[in-house]
Amino acid sequence: MAADSFAINPAGVSTRPISERLHDWVVTVDHKKLGILYIVYALGFLMIGGIEATLMRIQLMVPNNHFVSPEVFNRLFTMHGTTMIFFVAMPILFGFGTYLIPLMIGTRDMAFPRLNALSFWLTAFGGLLLYFSVIGGNGLYGAGNAPDVGWFAYAPLTSRPFSLGHSTDFWTLGLLVSGVGSIGTAVNFITTILCMRCPGMTLGKMPLLAWLNLVMAGMVILAVSPLTAAQIMLCVDRYLGGHFFDTQAGGSAVLWMHFFWIFGHPEVYVLIIPAFAFASEIIPVFSRKPIFGYPVMVAATVCIGFVSLSVWAHHMFTVGMSSYANSFFTITTMAVGVPTGIKIFNWIGTMWGGKIEFKAPMLFCIGFLFQFLIAGLTGIMMAASPFDWQLGNSYFVVAHFHYVIVGGILFTLFGAFYYWFPKMSGRMYSETLAKWHFWLFLIGFHLTFDFMHVPGMLGMPRRIYTYEPGRGWEIWNLIVTVGVLFQIAGVLAFVGNLLWSLAKGEVAGNDPWDAWTLEWSTTSPPPEYNFARIPVVESRRPLWDIKHPEDPDWKYE
Amino acid sequence: MSSAGLSGSTVEPRWILPSRGRVGMVALIAAESAIFTIFVVAYIFYVGKSLSGPLPRDVLTIPIFNSICLLSSSLTIYLAVRALRNAKIGLFGFWWFVTLALGMIFLIGTGREWHRLIFDDGLTVSTNLFGTTYYSLVGLHAFHVTFGLLVIAIVMTFTLLGKVRSEYSERLDVFSMYWHFVDAVWVVVFTVVYVIGR
Repeated sequence: MAADSFAINPAGVSTRPISERLHDWVVTVDHKKLGILYIVYALGFLMIGGIEATLMRIQLMVPNNHFVSPEVFNRLFTMHGTTMIFFVAMPILFGFGTYLIPLMIGTRDMAFPRLNALSFWLTAFGGLLLYFSVIGGNGLYGAGNAPDVGWFAYAPLTSRPFSLGHSTDFWTLGLLVSGVGSIGTAVNFITTILCMRCPGMTLGKMPLLAWLNLVMAGMVILAVSPLTAAQIMLCVDRYLGGHFFDTQAGGSAVLWMHFFWIFGHPEVYVLIIPAFAFASEIIPVFSRKPIFGYPVMVAATVCIGFVSLSVWAHHMFTVGMSSYANSFFTITTMAVGVPTGIKIFNWIGTMWGGKIEFKAPMLFCIGFLFQFLIAGLTGIMMAASPFDWQLGNSYFVVAHFHYVIVGGILFTLFGAFYYWFPKMSGRMYSETLAKWHFWLFLIGFHLTFDFMHVPGMLGMPRRIYTYEPGRGWEIWNLIVTVGVLFQIAGVLAFVGNLLWSLAKGEVAGNDPWDAWTLEWSTTSPPPEYNFARIPVVESRRPLWDIKHPEDPDWKYE
Repeated sequence: MSSAGLSGSTVEPRWILPSRGRVGMVALIAAESAIFTIFVVAYIFYVGKSLSGPLPRDVLTIPIFNSICLLSSSLTIYLAVRALRNAKIGLFGFWWFVTLALGMIFLIGTGREWHRLIFDDGLTVSTNLFGTTYYSLVGLHAFHVTFGLLVIAIVMTFTLLGKVRSEYSERLDVFSMYWHFVDAVWVVVFTVVYVIGR
C-alpha cells in the first residue's frame, strides 16, 4: 500500500508550483497524459453537447412552444450533432486508445509521441474553432452566428447566398483541422500496434482492444480523408468562388451528400468498433472466462471494416437514386449486420457459463448488448429502402442512431470509465454511486429513446422546432423530455463519482479486477515509462499465465 | 505483483517488427490516396458538365516535358538514397540536387501553365466547373510537390553544410516513399486531366 500511495502522489510533483505542473500537461508527449487530456477535453464538450440537447428537448416538450426561436433551434441541433460526433465521441475514444494501447501491447509510448501531441492539439483547437463561431460568426454581414446548416451540412445550405457571415466557415475549418488531427492519430495507432508490440505478442496474441483499434484506425484513414477532401472543396466554393456544390453553375448537391456519407457511415463504425473493444475486454474479466471465439471476433471486425465502406448511400434513399443503387446499398447494409451479429453471439458465448460479477463496468456492457441489438434491428428496418422512404428524416431515424450512439457507444464508454478509472487515477470509484448512475441512466435512456421511435412512426419529421397540438405527438414528446431528467441525474452521479473518487476513493492497487492484460501488471497510475522491464508474453492473457503457472494459457492456444 | 514479475520462460531470441517509419508512411500515403481519390472522382464526375467555356480541349496542352521531369525525379531520388546507403556522400549530393532541380522544373512548368490559363485564356477557379475542378486537383498535387520540395531543399542545405551522414539513409528512404507517391499521383492526374478529361 505504501508503494501505491507513493505512486499516486510522486514526491517530486506535489512540491512544484501549479504553473509548472500545468506547463507539463501542455508540453507533454506522454501517451497517458495525452489520453487523459483527450478524455477530459471530450467530457467538457459532452457537457456542452448535453446542454444543447436539453434545450432542444425543453423546446419540443409541449406543442407550440416558444422557449427558443427557430433560428436558435437550427443552431442547437447543428452544434449538438457536430459537437457530439467530432468533439466528444471521437476524442474520447481516441483518448482511451491513446492511453491503453501502449500499456496493453507492452511498450513505453506511442510510435510517434510528438505526432500524438500534435493530433490532440489539432483536435482541441478544431473544437475551439467551431465554438469561436459564436463570437466570430457574425463577420462583416451581421448574419448568423453559430453554424445552422445541420451536422451533415447539405448543399446548397452551405453556399454563400444561403449562409452569410462566417458561421459555416468555422464549421468547415473546425472539422478540417480536427480531421487532420484524427488522421494523425490513426497513423499513430496503426504504427504503434504494428511496430511496438512487446516480444512474444504476435498479432494472434494481441488483446482484442488493440486489434479493434487497429481496424478502427484503418477506417479513420479511409473515411475521414474523404471528409477532409470535401471540406477543402467547400472552402474552395466559399472562399474562391468555386462551383463544386453550386447547382446554379452545373455543380451537384448530391455529390456533397455522397462525399459526406462516404465519411459519415464508416464514421459510425469508427465510433462503435472501439466500443466493441471495451466490451471485448470488460465482459471476459467480469465473466471470469477468456473471450469466446477470439479469431472469429477479429475476422468479424475486419469484415465490418470492409463492408461498412460500401454502405454509405443508405443515408440517401430519400433523395431518389436509381433502383440499382437502392438495391445495392440495401443489400450491403443488411450484410453488415451479419458480422455484427457474430460479435453479439461471441459476447453472449463469453458470458455463458461464466461466473458473472455484476459490477458497474459489466452492468454497462450488458446494457450495451441489449440496446445495441435493438439499435441494430431498427437499423435493418431502415436498411430496406422502401421502409426508409416512409420513415427517412423522421424521429424514427433520430431514435435509431441515438440508440446506437447512446445505447451502444456511450454505455460501453461509461463501462470503460469505471473499468479503467482505477488504473488511470490509482483510486477505486464508489460502486454504490456507479450503480445509481447505471440505473438512472438506463431508465432515462429508455424513456427518451424508446418512446422517440413513436412520434417518428406517427410522422414527426426531425429538425422541426415546434409542432401543432392534435397530431398525437404530445404525450410521446413529453415522455422523451422527462427521460432527459433521469439522464441528467445519472450523469451527475457519474461526475460526482469521478470527482469524489479522485480525492477520497480507496487506493486501487495494481490489479483491482484480477484481470489478464498487461496494463494491470504495472502500478496505478503507471509510471511515465510504463514498465520497468519490457514484458514478454506467451499467450493472450499474460497475467493469467503469471498468476496460474500450473495452468498457463499458452498450453492451449 | 510487481512489474518486474513479467518474464517468459522461453524467450524468442529474435523479435523483429516492421520499421515505424515505413508503416507510418504507408498509413499516411493511404490517407492521402483517399483524399486524392475524392478529388479525382469529383473531376471525372464534372467532365463535360461546365455550362460555359473555356473547355479543356480548347486550352489544355499536354505537359510532356514536365511529366518526364517529375517522373524521372523518382529515379534520381532512388539513386540518391542508394548512394547515401553506400556512404557515397558526394554522389548522394549530386542526385539529390538533380531531384530538387527536376521537381523545381515541374513546379515552374505548372506555374507557367496556370499563368497562361489565367491571363491568356481567362480560366480561374470561379469561371466554370472545369476551372474549379482543374485548379483544385492539379493544385492539390502541386501543393504536395511543393511540400516535398521543401523537405528536399532542407536536406540539400544540410548536405551542403556537410551534416548528412550515411546513417540517415533510412529516414530519407522513408521520405522517398512520399516522393514516389507524389509521382504516382501525377500519373493518375495526368491521365484524368490531360487524357480522359480532354
